[in-house]
Amino acid sequence: MFRQVAARILPRSIAAAARPFSTDVAAASAADEAFTEAWKKVIPNIDPPKTPLSFMAPRPPTASSIPSKLTVNFVLPYASELSAKEVDMVIIPATTGQMGVLPGHVATIVELKPGVMSVHEGNDVTKYFVSSGFAFVHTNSYADIIAVEAVPIDQIDQSLVQKGLAEFTQKLSSASTDLEKAEAQIGVDVHSALNSALSG
Amino acid sequence: MASNAAVPFWRAAGMTYITYSNICANLVRNCLKEPHKSEALTREKVHFSVSKWADGKPQKPTIRSDTPEE
Repeated sequence: MFRQVAARILPRSIAAAARPFSTDVAAASAADEAFTEAWKKVIPNIDPPKTPLSFMAPRPPTASSIPSKLTVNFVLPYASELSAKEVDMVIIPATTGQMGVLPGHVATIVELKPGVMSVHEGNDVTKYFVSSGFAFVHTNSYADIIAVEAVPIDQIDQSLVQKGLAEFTQKLSSASTDLEKAEAQIGVDVHSALNSALSG
Repeated sequence: MASNAAVPFWRAAGMTYITYSNICANLVRNCLKEPHKSEALTREKVHFSVSKWADGKPQKPTIRSDTPEE
């Protein structure tokens, strides 16, 4: 599942991909050139085939000064919620607590817990409830957030959340095996997070 | 490597991350308001068929399907 999501994060380039610009990261084109040299030596008559490298847009370079905006890619398995959107800050629900990511943040990989993710752009704040996932922050102020399920807060039904919380708290006290206890605990965690998302 | 970090409770109970993540997603989907809930439930549908192989031939497959049988 995550493999498909990773393919969506890479920007798609047009089928007739242009040759990389000469100002791009040197390391990226070196691999291609070595291949084309070797090809021409052995098969001079046929054009060398395109390698996957020529279809990929090169990684945006790390600027020498901190950029003013954070670029966020927020993807779900079935949709790309935000694609290369420039924002001021995102607050993500990491397992270690709410984490704010600003442009110039140190490169991090975090696992997300069920909670609220907010995207701040100027004066607008968009909040999503994320079920679980990962967030990758890169040195060039790109943040990739991948989640299995994310919904805007107003799509959550309060009464169902209360019912679920009561049901799982009851299951937790009556659970016998480790596995049942773990499942009930997950239920309690997710529903309490949903509850605080609705009230917070 | 001995476990130096505290493992999450679900892993200690023998659950994998994918199972945990899918359970969380299912619970969230079940708490949505109506039009979104029915769309979300279609995303939960799973359809697969697994067969073990023996002597170069597939044995009887186990089919797990949430789509109605045609």
